[in-house]
Amino acid sequence: MSAVAEFFAMGGYAPYVWGSYGLALIIFIYNAWVPLRRHARLRSAILANGRRGSAAVAAPTHRIDDENSP
Amino acid sequence: MKVSLASAWWAVLRRDLLLSVRRLGELGNPVVFFAAVVSLFPLALGADATLLRSVGPGIVWVGALLATLLSLEGLFRADFEDGSLEQLLLSPHPASVLVSAKILAHWLVTGVPLLLITPLLGVLLNLSPLAQGVLFGGLLLGTPTLSLLGSVAVALTLGLPRGGLLISVLLLPLFAPVLVFGAGAVGSALLEMPVLPYFYMLGAELALAATVVPLATAAALRASLGS
Amino acid sequence: MIAFFSRWASLPAFYRRSGRWIPWLWAAAAGLLVVGTLGGLVLAPVDYQQGDAYRILFVHVPSAWMAMFVYMFMAGASASAFIWHVKLAEILARVSAPLGAAFTALALATGSLWGARMWNTWWVWDARLTSVLLLFFLYLGFMALQAAIEDRRRAARAGAVLALVGVVNIPIIHYSVEWWNTLHQGATVSKFDNPSMTWDMLWPLLTMALGFMVYFAAAVLVRARSEILERERHRRWVIDEVAR
Repeated sequence: MSAVAEFFAMGGYAPYVWGSYGLALIIFIYNAWVPLRRHARLRSAILANGRRGSAAVAAPTHRIDDENSP
Repeated sequence: MKVSLASAWWAVLRRDLLLSVRRLGELGNPVVFFAAVVSLFPLALGADATLLRSVGPGIVWVGALLATLLSLEGLFRADFEDGSLEQLLLSPHPASVLVSAKILAHWLVTGVPLLLITPLLGVLLNLSPLAQGVLFGGLLLGTPTLSLLGSVAVALTLGLPRGGLLISVLLLPLFAPVLVFGAGAVGSALLEMPVLPYFYMLGAELALAATVVPLATAAALRASLGS
Repeated sequence: MIAFFSRWASLPAFYRRSGRWIPWLWAAAAGLLVVGTLGGLVLAPVDYQQGDAYRILFVHVPSAWMAMFVYMFMAGASASAFIWHVKLAEILARVSAPLGAAFTALALATGSLWGARMWNTWWVWDARLTSVLLLFFLYLGFMALQAAIEDRRRAARAGAVLALVGVVNIPIIHYSVEWWNTLHQGATVSKFDNPSMTWDMLWPLLTMALGFMVYFAAAVLVRARSEILERERHRRWVIDEVAR
């Protein structure tokens, strides 16, 4: 077996080891991407509101999705 | 007119007890629920007497825990709706002390009836007299802790829609230690091992909860009422 | 001192300052995590007992540490929100909960994967796993409470009380679960039986742990910034800040 194949086989525990690291990667990317996107959306919503003039600013803007849903 | 703290505490306790005695129907609900839950288990697990004897204490504990959970919602609700809860917080006496009277009243009208029916349920589950005794002792020390911890969650969820479900979510992890020590005591007794350590732990948790929880509950009520 | 603190915790100042930190934090987290992963998967030697399966440790242990740490962080923030009414602390407590829950879920999932290999079963009622599970429920309760209360101030006060009650209970829960565990199944083979870990296993672990920590800092700041924008979106400073 080549060294690379051996590395990916993880001594026969590939599903467990790669599963763990893959899961970590997914959780890390998700928890970085979703808040970043929310922040960008909030900024553009506020910007759009601000452009419409200060009268519109006082009125409530539309509700932006709560980040607490998982 | 000045009212001493002791008589204010006593008045709150007396009032809550009177109110629940006047609604006897509601008073019986947790007990009926407790009995119903416990009798569901033999239907689910089979009527094997040895099996029931070994899992019985756990069943009784889980049943008592769920019954307490369901009874909690009413702890502050009526007072919240008619505004007397706000009066309680506005009184010159420390709210935590007065709240402790309400919690005690709750335990007296829900915890004690649960305790009283336990021997009967124990018979249904074929528990030995020793297991019965230890189970009773554990519930005696454990159910006040459940009422105390529960009061925080009720205070936090006051007036929220679907508060009942939320209360359960908040409380189940906090109830875990009581369940462990309470059911563990009976398990230990069945193995003829010492029971006292478990009772000490239950007692310690009760003492801790009795001192800390009223403060937390009072703070939670203030947070919920926005004062 | 208080003046310094309140200036530091003022939301506009915090918003601007954290905006400058975040890119660096992301970069540091990514670097540490990549190095730690390489160290853990490639450079660290194979364990003579568990083979390559032990490499799950480099994810599992840091996430379990973070699960605890984030709760402590949350409780600390809650305490300062409760005592001093610091708005920033309210926000930090609120936004750290989902991250803590994510770390806890990761600890549980990797623990389960590890258990699948170690004990040939996906779940064992092992003391450590069980207390992490209860910790997970504590996080979920906090998040459910936050989601149920519309008013942010009330949510913050209620969350603070809950987090403080939770933090008092965590040692009790942990201790009771350990007790319960020894009674019911004797000592399980601990995953960390060998007390001395060699340096070439230790450094990837510590690097990963540091990476998790820095990642948490970056992620929590991003969430806090969103929360600040949302709370203060009608304020002049937010509109000016965004328009810049």
